[in-house]
Amino acid sequence: MDLSAINPLLFVAGFLVAATPLIFAALGELVVEKSGVLNLGVEGMMIIGAICGFATAVETGSPLLGFAAAAVGGAALSLLFAFLTQITLANQVASGLALTLFGLGFSALLGQSYVGVKPPRLAEVNFGPLHDIPVLGPILFSHDIILYLGFAMVVAVWAMLKFTRAGLILRAVGESHDAAHALGYKVVRIRTLAIMFGGACAGLGGAYISLIRVPQWTEGMTAGVGWIALALVVFASWKPWRLLLGAYLFGGITQLQLNLQGAGVAIPVEYLAMSPYIITILVLVVLSADKSAAPASLGRNFHASS
Amino acid sequence: MKLSTLLASAALALGLAGGAYADAHGKTKVGFVFVGPVGDGGWTYEHNQGRLAVEAEFGDKVETVFVESVAEGPDSERVMTQMALDGADLIFTTSFGYMDPTINVAAKFPDVKFEHATGYKRADNVSTYSARFYEGRAIQGHIAGKMTKSNIIGYIGSFPIPEVIRGINSAYIHAKKVNPDVEFKIVWAYTWFDPAKEADAAKVLIEQGADVVLQHTDSTAPQAAAQEAGNVITFGQASDMAQYAPMPRVSSIIDDWAPYYIARTKAVMDGTWTSTDTWDGIGPGMVGIGEISDAVPADVKEEALALKASIADGSYHPFTGPLKKQDGSDFLAEGETADDGTLAGMNFYVEGITGDIPN
Repeated sequence: MDLSAINPLLFVAGFLVAATPLIFAALGELVVEKSGVLNLGVEGMMIIGAICGFATAVETGSPLLGFAAAAVGGAALSLLFAFLTQITLANQVASGLALTLFGLGFSALLGQSYVGVKPPRLAEVNFGPLHDIPVLGPILFSHDIILYLGFAMVVAVWAMLKFTRAGLILRAVGESHDAAHALGYKVVRIRTLAIMFGGACAGLGGAYISLIRVPQWTEGMTAGVGWIALALVVFASWKPWRLLLGAYLFGGITQLQLNLQGAGVAIPVEYLAMSPYIITILVLVVLSADKSAAPASLGRNFHASS
Repeated sequence: MKLSTLLASAALALGLAGGAYADAHGKTKVGFVFVGPVGDGGWTYEHNQGRLAVEAEFGDKVETVFVESVAEGPDSERVMTQMALDGADLIFTTSFGYMDPTINVAAKFPDVKFEHATGYKRADNVSTYSARFYEGRAIQGHIAGKMTKSNIIGYIGSFPIPEVIRGINSAYIHAKKVNPDVEFKIVWAYTWFDPAKEADAAKVLIEQGADVVLQHTDSTAPQAAAQEAGNVITFGQASDMAQYAPMPRVSSIIDDWAPYYIARTKAVMDGTWTSTDTWDGIGPGMVGIGEISDAVPADVKEEALALKASIADGSYHPFTGPLKKQDGSDFLAEGETADDGTLAGMNFYVEGITGDIPN
């Protein structure tokens, strides 16, 4: 065992990167679920975002344009879900699963000519002297702009849900769409916007994997992150700060177990490998003492006639 | 309500998958079960190349179907059953974790022939086949041992099964032979295909000082991570991964399944198929060594090619004594070579590798 082989600064910087796709995808889903819609298509929207972002970044040479395209791609795919569930009132669970299947297949088709291509690199934000601060510099001030955007979005969503009228309306629609409708709010329109926001966030998360974390395009490369994001929303009891904590916890333990393995720690590898899931479940159980429950209208379809 | 919708969506998913099996009366139908997507650029990609070669060889006389990204374990049983019910005559199941499901499904469909890759359980209608990847690992180990400057070689394992452990041992023996100071850092990813996790594992190994990363997982993500880090060398796994040459990918192990798949399909057509156990290496061409790039010094390249030639013509066996096991007990005496039974069930590290094999 040689724990000195682990560089704590690189480890922390590494898990911030590993957690970012989860933060984006889970945050988007949180807003969607707050509006009373359950979209199980996160994985599909992420992978579409991954390829849209990758292709655009390669073609234009600009990673930032790539991220913009990823958000547009994810939102566009989510519109399909919005149409199915909000207009034709299809079942949300089935539509979400179909969205995932469709996204995985369609992205494979789109990505055929991008296998093995190296994407342009997104530079780190230049913080000037801040970067040279010992310890804090390499951990906090040596990342790309998208990572900071993820953090900023958590703050923004939290503030929006808690302090603004728009947040109140969104929550009202999620808790009781009939009451919100009676008050004159356009339930379908609000939900569609929430679904699009969720799609855009999932797309950004997917592109973060294909452009920064890996960086390459491979079919099916999100490999289940979308499902973990879905679980994370429940684990966070629909609260943005807990979601951030959960994502860092999950990303951190995942990175830690790889680091410990590399350093040859004597804990059996099986326990290390399953620890991210176990600890996340444990925290979930502990936090379930909390009264906050799912939005009351979650997963229920709305029609003005009902 | 929830349950019924889940069932309905499962049925929908099945229906979508089932749509691929068009009716093809009179044709020989060959099914393939893949563990990753056909576009993984590695393991599954090469199996799919084999499938395409079967189509090219027999044209209208065969029909091939495949299902990709099938989880190992019970779900694969469902996929195989569906293929058999849809009239497949021959089914290739291309991952170690399909072993028991293959045996189970084969017992239910005695008229369908099954071929399981990398496993060791056979039945009257189940053959096994694998390639001697460890021969290629010997060459990788040699190049890695010669080229490492930090003397730390990172190894990304998938699952602790004999096939992977054999590869680690073979690489270690040959790295150690040319560089006595070499140390292996082994990280188990517990997945065959998860690009993000594979890239993370590669990054961690590089952060911990490895300047050579060997992988036994299926995607090209570790190559991308090594390229990003710079000054790290890697080897293509299962497929050439030439898009990452000349650096970081300096060579590769290429699995060539096409001749085998064609021969077995032909045997089914002719009615001569019998249950066999095939394990071929560099000599018969099932294992190929990809172009050794210019990043490797000429003398090292020459030695590697000589090693390859001696393995191919049978004059050298990668597991030749004297070798000891990790615990210090004797494994092979001077000049003795490991028999196939020992290799197939290998569940121990050789002397010098640190860490325990998870069980």
